[in-house]
Amino acid sequence: MKPDNTARRLVLSRSAALIGAATSGLLLPEWARAQTGKIRVGLMLPYTGTFAQLGVAIENGFRLAIDEQGGKLGGREIEYFKVDDESEPAKGIENANKLVQRDKVDVIIGTVHSGVQMGIHKVARDSGVLSLIPNAGVHIATRGQCAPNVFRTSFSNSQPTRALGAAMVANGHKRAVWITWKYAAGDEAFEGFKEGYLAAGGTIIKELGLPFPNVEFQALLTEIAALKPDAVACFFAGGGAAKFITDYAAAGLKGKIPLYGSGFLTEGMLEAAGPAADGIMTTLHYGDSIETPRNKAFRLAYAKTFKLQPDVYAVQGYDTGLLLVHGANAVKGDLNNKPALYKAMETVTIDSPRGKWAMSKSHNPVQDMYLRVVEKKENKVIGVAAKALADSGAGCKMG
Amino acid sequence: MEVLPRSVRLLLVLALAALAVFPFVGSDFYVQMVTRMMILAIFAMSLDLLQGVSGLVSLGHAAYFGLAGYALAFLMPQNEAASVWLTLPLSVLAAGLAALVIGFFVVRTHGIYFIMVTMAFAQMVFFLFFDNKVLGGSDGLYVNFRPTVNLGTWALLDLDNKKTLYLVTLGAMLLVYGFLRRLLWSPFGRALAGIRVNEHRMRALGFATFGYKLVAFTLAGALAGLAGYLWGVQTGYINPELMGFHMSAHAIMMVILGGMGNFAGAIVGAFGFELVLHLFKDLPQVGSVQLGKHWQLWMGSFIVLVVVFAPRGLLGLAGWFSRRPEDGDV
Amino acid sequence: MDFPTFLIQLLNSVQYGLLLFMLAAGLTLIFGIMGVVNLAHGSFYMLGAYLAYSLSGLLGSLTLALMVGTLLAVAFGLALEWLLFRHFYQRDHLDQVLLTFGLIYVFEELRSMLWGDDVHGVAIPALLGDAIPLTDNLSYPVYRLFMSAVCVALALGLYLLISKTRLGMKIRAGAANREMAEALGINIKLIHAIVFAIGVGLAAVAGMIAAPVSSVYPNMGSQVLIMCFVVVVIGGIGSVRGALVAALLVGLVDTFGKVLLPAVSGMLVYMLMAAVLLWKPEGLFKQ
Repeated sequence: MKPDNTARRLVLSRSAALIGAATSGLLLPEWARAQTGKIRVGLMLPYTGTFAQLGVAIENGFRLAIDEQGGKLGGREIEYFKVDDESEPAKGIENANKLVQRDKVDVIIGTVHSGVQMGIHKVARDSGVLSLIPNAGVHIATRGQCAPNVFRTSFSNSQPTRALGAAMVANGHKRAVWITWKYAAGDEAFEGFKEGYLAAGGTIIKELGLPFPNVEFQALLTEIAALKPDAVACFFAGGGAAKFITDYAAAGLKGKIPLYGSGFLTEGMLEAAGPAADGIMTTLHYGDSIETPRNKAFRLAYAKTFKLQPDVYAVQGYDTGLLLVHGANAVKGDLNNKPALYKAMETVTIDSPRGKWAMSKSHNPVQDMYLRVVEKKENKVIGVAAKALADSGAGCKMG
Repeated sequence: MEVLPRSVRLLLVLALAALAVFPFVGSDFYVQMVTRMMILAIFAMSLDLLQGVSGLVSLGHAAYFGLAGYALAFLMPQNEAASVWLTLPLSVLAAGLAALVIGFFVVRTHGIYFIMVTMAFAQMVFFLFFDNKVLGGSDGLYVNFRPTVNLGTWALLDLDNKKTLYLVTLGAMLLVYGFLRRLLWSPFGRALAGIRVNEHRMRALGFATFGYKLVAFTLAGALAGLAGYLWGVQTGYINPELMGFHMSAHAIMMVILGGMGNFAGAIVGAFGFELVLHLFKDLPQVGSVQLGKHWQLWMGSFIVLVVVFAPRGLLGLAGWFSRRPEDGDV
Repeated sequence: MDFPTFLIQLLNSVQYGLLLFMLAAGLTLIFGIMGVVNLAHGSFYMLGAYLAYSLSGLLGSLTLALMVGTLLAVAFGLALEWLLFRHFYQRDHLDQVLLTFGLIYVFEELRSMLWGDDVHGVAIPALLGDAIPLTDNLSYPVYRLFMSAVCVALALGLYLLISKTRLGMKIRAGAANREMAEALGINIKLIHAIVFAIGVGLAAVAGMIAAPVSSVYPNMGSQVLIMCFVVVVIGGIGSVRGALVAALLVGLVDTFGKVLLPAVSGMLVYMLMAAVLLWKPEGLFKQ
């Protein structure tokens, strides 16, 4: 009987200790968190998975901007909190709550994936916390569900493609086939393309799509060839973009049917795509080779600090930093002074490497779209495809 | 391990007491977190009915979880909240019905085929929602309001209140646990256990095993639907990943982690799994290495270690510690 | 659909199907002979692709990379089998599912730590870089024909190995009755190790030859994994012949489905699987 009793007691006491430790461990962050006067900045970005590269670029750009502006927000020190969103929409709300409810951040910065953004957006609207979007272009965040505390420093999904149409028609390509993934970003990019292309006098022969993130393009490429359009316009991003470019060339379409796209087709992909990408024309709100002193200084500073070349994601992160610094300085660090904070952010002109831009009424950038062509693994800026392009903000009840 | 040793049962009572008290001491964030763990515990228990009791390993159980969530999202109007008396039964019914239909095709297979076929059907459902904007597409759907719990015009419960939602979920979890334990020891449950041990023998004894398995599959699907409904109520957002392969695999993990076949293990496993996952993701920086960033490595290794060293799960370990010599096989 | 288009779609289906077959063959062999379900099989495909990327950069040629890469992958397979898998042959399917699911996480993270998260390209060797023109607009890339050729060659090699060599005989004996084969003096442990290594090798080679056309990126294994399982289930677990037929079938359905019925293209393959299972619950060529 004796060994049995001791064993039982051991189990009970050990488990009680375990439960006690676990619960106090859960509550500890609360107890340890005294007021330190620091501004809490929450970063919710993809640190793992397909978009990890983008998450890193955004954070790098953000930190660069903060450091250049003195490293403080309105005179207050900054405390960073990070959460890996894994590009998992199902966990979007949970992860956003980690920052907003558990870590009680003053501002949440994120993210890349539109599906995850919807989770952050819900939490931002429910809690009123300042939310800065450094990439996700999902329309509804600055249209039907816009909010005074949500600002976007990147683009809306239809902006880059809206500028594409005119450039294509100018080159004499009036009959085009559109191809993309069938998800929100693809659908919204198509919306922009359709608007711009039809307005410029083009005709869309067919709209092709494949499920996201499927990359078996062969069947659809064959169909494109059979349709014999003047040109092909597309939206792809990430690994799929590189594959599409190489498949397009391998199917013999390169050189025969010109390829156009939203700039994301050729951002960060040119190393992987190689010579297959030469000649592709894209429109985007940034281009590496923008010949302004501002851009050159930015690229130099970024390369020196991070030993990497910056891309559009880094610029978006950078501009987010500039926006936040401006807002925080305007309210002298008191982020609870919301009316003044929002006003400052709504009225500022951001001196960005992409050029100067300001917020639209629905809190989306009004910006120029550049026309770029790929030449030897670089996106060469050859002109401005559209000036001061704004997102419609349809359905937004602000301003 | 169907019979729990006394020490383990004492532990569980202690844990229950802690759970009951928690919403009054914990902060909002943690109350939400534990609510979510309890929802996952219900999900895990439903899988335990299939896996631990009937011996049917389903890699597609999350489909029913997600379907109920989608049902809720479709039923909830744009401008005002619908009632729980309407949405709850319908969502659970939808999940159960789907399980019945899919089960009809799937339950006729065995062993590895069963595993693969359940996964394939779940993927089919996943793609159905993922590919069609009408059903929300890859972006999912919002659940615009929390359902009302009214008796006539009298508001019984306010589900927007986090503590209330927590206690309602706790109640649901206990109800499901009680129901399933009753079921376990009922003739139906005994038949399922017999099927798990040796289906041929059961058939030889005259049991219509297909029917029993189908009922178990449907019931498990309906209970998973209950969990999915609560998930939709709590988070307000449903998307296809909730029906996906990863979600199903995590559920299997939870059931194994806790110990299969007694439902308490499923609860322990759900809590344990979520706690471990959060632990790994929140690891601090040591030197220049951001340990938390590599959570996948820790999580993967943890899963591997559990499978290699603790195949009976946490409760199995606890039971082993306090085993009396004369108990024999626990 | 005019004839050249149809021909190209057919070639596309066959090429996709053959690639799937490489993966499915390994998976079905490991299932059929050792009874192990391996969810991490996609990771071996990914390993192959990343090896192709690193080695072709290091050694300067894809062909060299293919040879060295295959050796490395096979060595890795043997090590993994010795360390982990061989202890799981007698374990529950459930345990195997979980073990390999955990391994997916581990491999994914190791990949991230060793190679980073960027997207990479692998150059097609100049010799194979052309395209065969079929009409004035359509051509078919030579490299894809090369891919199909490699798959066919390996399939043939596998067939010859299993049905015409002593090793193959021992493998079949071990699959039919393990204890008897052991009693007859066959070193079953070695046979299992060899089969596992072959499975890993096939998956890795598939990844290597696919790398130039699919690019090399995180999570690339998970997309093929599920297709691979569907192929194995349709073909019948343990049947390599079944895997070939099923892979080609899946290739056809998927490719033509995308073009003819885009609204349901995602679901088509699963519906195919459901239909096959209703007719033959253990796959087309049950072992």
